[in-house]
Amino acid sequence: MATKTLAPRRGPVRGGNGRDQAERRLAVRMTAPSLVLMALVAAVPIGYAAWLSLNQYSVRTAGLSRFVGLENYVTALSSPEWWASFGQTFLFAGLSVSLELVLGTAMALLLNLAFRGRALLRTVVLLPYAIVTVVSAITWQTMFQPNMGLVTNVLSALGLPGGDVVWLGEHGYAMTVIVLADVWKTTPFAALIILAGLQVISAETYEAAELDGASKWQAFVHITLPLLRPAIVLAAIFRTMDALRVFDLPFVLTRGANGTESMSMLAYTQLRENRLVGEGSALSLLTFLTVMVVSVVYIRFAGGNIREVAKEEQ
Amino acid sequence: MSTLTAERTTAAPADRPRAPKRRLRGEAKLHPLVWVFVLAVMGFSLIPFYWLVNTSLKKGASLSQGELFPSQPTFENYLVVFQNAEFLLALRNSVIIAVVTTTVALVFASFAAYALARLKMRRKAMILTLILSVTTFPAIAIAAPLFSIWREIGLYDMLLGLIIPKLTFALPLAIYTLTSFFKEIPRELEESAYMDGATPFTTFRKVILPLAVPGLATTAILVFISVWNEFLLAVTLTTSPEARPVPVAIAFFSGTSEFDQPLGTISAASVIITVPLVILVLVCQKRIVSGMTAGAVKG
Repeated sequence: MATKTLAPRRGPVRGGNGRDQAERRLAVRMTAPSLVLMALVAAVPIGYAAWLSLNQYSVRTAGLSRFVGLENYVTALSSPEWWASFGQTFLFAGLSVSLELVLGTAMALLLNLAFRGRALLRTVVLLPYAIVTVVSAITWQTMFQPNMGLVTNVLSALGLPGGDVVWLGEHGYAMTVIVLADVWKTTPFAALIILAGLQVISAETYEAAELDGASKWQAFVHITLPLLRPAIVLAAIFRTMDALRVFDLPFVLTRGANGTESMSMLAYTQLRENRLVGEGSALSLLTFLTVMVVSVVYIRFAGGNIREVAKEEQ
Repeated sequence: MSTLTAERTTAAPADRPRAPKRRLRGEAKLHPLVWVFVLAVMGFSLIPFYWLVNTSLKKGASLSQGELFPSQPTFENYLVVFQNAEFLLALRNSVIIAVVTTTVALVFASFAAYALARLKMRRKAMILTLILSVTTFPAIAIAAPLFSIWREIGLYDMLLGLIIPKLTFALPLAIYTLTSFFKEIPRELEESAYMDGATPFTTFRKVILPLAVPGLATTAILVFISVWNEFLLAVTLTTSPEARPVPVAIAFFSGTSEFDQPLGTISAASVIITVPLVILVLVCQKRIVSGMTAGAVKG
């Protein structure tokens, strides 16, 4: 790992086309197992879900079904539950990802400073990232539990509002706990991506700015942030895609009550708890499509950035 | 080779500042406000852990009053957890699932990653994009149909029925991370192997794999953590304690003693499965950081 990377060189021309062909065949053989497995276990089920979503299944008699066309989609798209879960998922993603990017940038700036204890800080910051999401949920439940929680007790002791609130039992409050649990666990990820971007900016750039009399704040706004943009956008894409499929946190903390039911949770509930295979499949495909549309929009919107990064790579 | 990766390889091993000038500025006088911020970040990261442990050591009145320090710390919650047969089964299931998935993913992915990093190949960019797009799939889109398919063919509520779809999400992560590690290995070594008449596959086995051991270890850690952590597939595709992994077991944990607040027991169970991960972070911190940024920056 510590080996210094040398400029890539084209392989020797020896052998010519024969070796080229053998190499291509080997490449296909080496990638095929992974690709076949992913196709079988990702693409085939999604196709099957499309078929399931066009049928209605009897809850009472196993195996009894009838073709209903797009009826499941009409039901889903005209139900207030779908639109509520849609809105709540985007609210959650918007709040948590923006907090994670701001905090992550700040953490990355700290981790990029040279000071005694930086290694310690990095370890401490990384700890929540390795935690199982379900445990992150339970941890924040203990923090906000009425009477028992640290936050609720501190708020009560200081006479601030919120001390006697059942946080997971009320609209708005429940979402706050879920956002906090997510920010706690995943900010380190954003911070490390942004830190990798930060370490590429050369010290000379800052020295030049300093010579020109720029203040630290000006240097941050006019040099650091623009140069960090690709890294921040990258972190934003990864985090948004992840936040839009949120499931574990609301499942453990509220079971989807009090305005926290995400799209994935709604599909799960219809499928497993209400045994509505057709509607559950339609909802899971709607979730899938929503996430795909957002990722395409993101890449279109941030495409310039990603192309720049790709250019640098060459 | 990317500038980002090149930077990482030179900067990661040592915790040294980038330039003497910045060290001077940094170490000589860190603004007091910056220290406040450092402490705030540490507090935000650590206090919730403290509270989880604190909760796990309390029961009865001490628990319901929310004491800052447990006045009568007790390990009773831990005893309850370890006497819970379902939790022990779940631990066993999690270990089997995570070990098998990580091993298989690493074997498959190292082949694919070598081809993608080194060999001449048609439509390489398209294949990489496809692989990456799988990581953004919401698991529910796969869990929902698999729920029906597995019940038809008898894989529902089976460990194998969990390993297969988890492998599908582990593979892209492993391929991406490994591809960037393979790219860092100097080409000169392979070329001298070719000169000696080795085939590309022999070169992969005898030259690349031994050199890639640190990268393989890093990838294994990341894949293990993500498989261990996964919840949606696990909760959708299982129903009995015989197949449930730990995260699902904890989510359905209701505490065995009816006279106690289950939160104490749930916290103890959470602490138990968190300790190994904390040790992993403490021991392998640098590997985890390099792996996370390798996969992501390349992505």
